[in-house]
Amino acid sequence: MAYDKLTRDAMAARVARDIPEGAYVNLGIGLPTLVANHIPPEREVFLHSENGILGMGPAPAKGAEDWDLINAGKQPVTLLTGGAYFHHADSFGMMRGGHLDICVLGAFQVSAGGDLANWHTGAPDAIPAVGGAMDLAIGAKATFVMMEHVTKGGEPKIVERCGYPLTGIGCVKRIYTDLAVIEVTPQGLRAIEWVAGLDFETLQSLTAAPLARPA
Amino acid sequence: MIDKTVKTLADALAGVRDGSTVMIGGFGGAGQPTELVEALIEQGARDLVIVNNNAGNGETGLAALLKAGRVRKLICSFPRQADSHHFDALYRAGKLELELVPQGNLAERIRAAGAGIGAFFTPTGYGTDLARGKETRRIDGRDHVLEFPIRGDLALIRAERGDRWGNLVYRKAARNFNPVMATAAALTVAQVAEIVELGALDPEHIVTPGIHVTRVVRVAR
Repeated sequence: MAYDKLTRDAMAARVARDIPEGAYVNLGIGLPTLVANHIPPEREVFLHSENGILGMGPAPAKGAEDWDLINAGKQPVTLLTGGAYFHHADSFGMMRGGHLDICVLGAFQVSAGGDLANWHTGAPDAIPAVGGAMDLAIGAKATFVMMEHVTKGGEPKIVERCGYPLTGIGCVKRIYTDLAVIEVTPQGLRAIEWVAGLDFETLQSLTAAPLARPA
Repeated sequence: MIDKTVKTLADALAGVRDGSTVMIGGFGGAGQPTELVEALIEQGARDLVIVNNNAGNGETGLAALLKAGRVRKLICSFPRQADSHHFDALYRAGKLELELVPQGNLAERIRAAGAGIGAFFTPTGYGTDLARGKETRRIDGRDHVLEFPIRGDLALIRAERGDRWGNLVYRKAARNFNPVMATAAALTVAQVAEIVELGALDPEHIVTPGIHVTRVVRVAR
C-alpha cells in the first residue's frame, strides 16, 4: 500500500492548526520547536519559554544574537513587542499552576493511558537529564505529543505500557505523528485522522495499543 | 552608611568554607556568574555541593570548577549538554554525585528555602523514577510528591545593575534562577555589570530587593 509519511514540517503545520489565537503555548525542544514556524502571523499566540519568557519571538538575524535572550534549547531568540521576562520559580509556577493552554513535547513512547516517556532511555551508560520535561508534561491544560509513529527500526512508539522511564502519568491528550492524529480518551486511544493512502488496519498494525475509529 | 559593594572578587568570596552548598545562577551561559565561579576556584574551597540548572559548558565557570575537582555533588536538572565534557567525564568515572531534579521542582525547592516553607506537595514527577521513595499524597483527586527545600550556604548570582544596598535588576532571560537563589542562601554575592547610585534603580522595577543580597561586586561586561 502506498502512503506518504508527513515531513517534519508537515507535522508541525498539522499541530499548528490546532493552536488557536490567544493560546499560551510551550513548545518543547527539538521537533516541537518547528511548530512556531507554522503559526500564521495574523494569529496571535503567546509562546512561553521555561527560562522565563512569554511572548518569545523567532530567531534573530545572524549577527544580532543576544546570549542573554535564549530559549530552552539555549539557542538565541527574540522577544515580541509586549513580551515579558520573569524568574524560574514564576515560570514553572505558570506551568504547574495550569496557566498554559498547550504544551507540545517530543516523546520516545506514549502509552494507551496517556503516559509519557521522553526524558531518559534508561540505558546504563546514559547520563540522565530531565530539565523541564516532567513539569511540562503535567502542567499544561493540554499536553500534545509530536513524534514519528514508529522508531527508526520500525518499532511502534505508541504502546500498551511504556518500557522507558516515565515522564508523567496519564498526561497526554493528543498524539501527532507522521502518520496520524490520535486522541487519548478515558476509553483508550482513538484515531482521528491519518495520511492519505494509509488504511485503518495498517495504522493499527503500526500501533502497539488498540485504536478506536473516529467517533 | 551601608555599603554592600566590595572592590574585588576575592573580597566577594571571603570566608567561603569547604563543604559549602553553593547555588550558582544561570541557565546555560545566560545569567551565569562566570567570574565569581572562577574566583571561587582561586579562593580554594573544596568538597562543594553545587546547585545549578546545568553542569557547566565548555571550559569556563562551573565547568572549570568541576574540572578543578572542587565539587563533591551536583544538584541539577539538565547536566547533559553538547559541551558538558568535564561533567560527563567525572560522572562516568564515579567522581561526582548527581541529584537529578525536575527543573520546576529545583526552582520551587530553592524558592521554598527562601520563603521559609518546610516542604511542599507537587504533582511534578509523581509516578516517575525521580520521585521513588518519596512521600506522596492525593490532594483534590490528584497525586502529589512531597519535596523539601534546598538551602545554600552561598549563592553566586549575576545581575545587570546593583546599588550599595544590594538592590538588583536583571537583563532579559539572564534573570532565570538568579532571583530565587538570591533568597535562599546565608551569603548571597551578586556580580553586576554596573553599580549605580542609590535611587538610580526605579523602585517599581527592582527585582531583588537588597535584603537578599550580602555583597555586590562589579564585573565589567
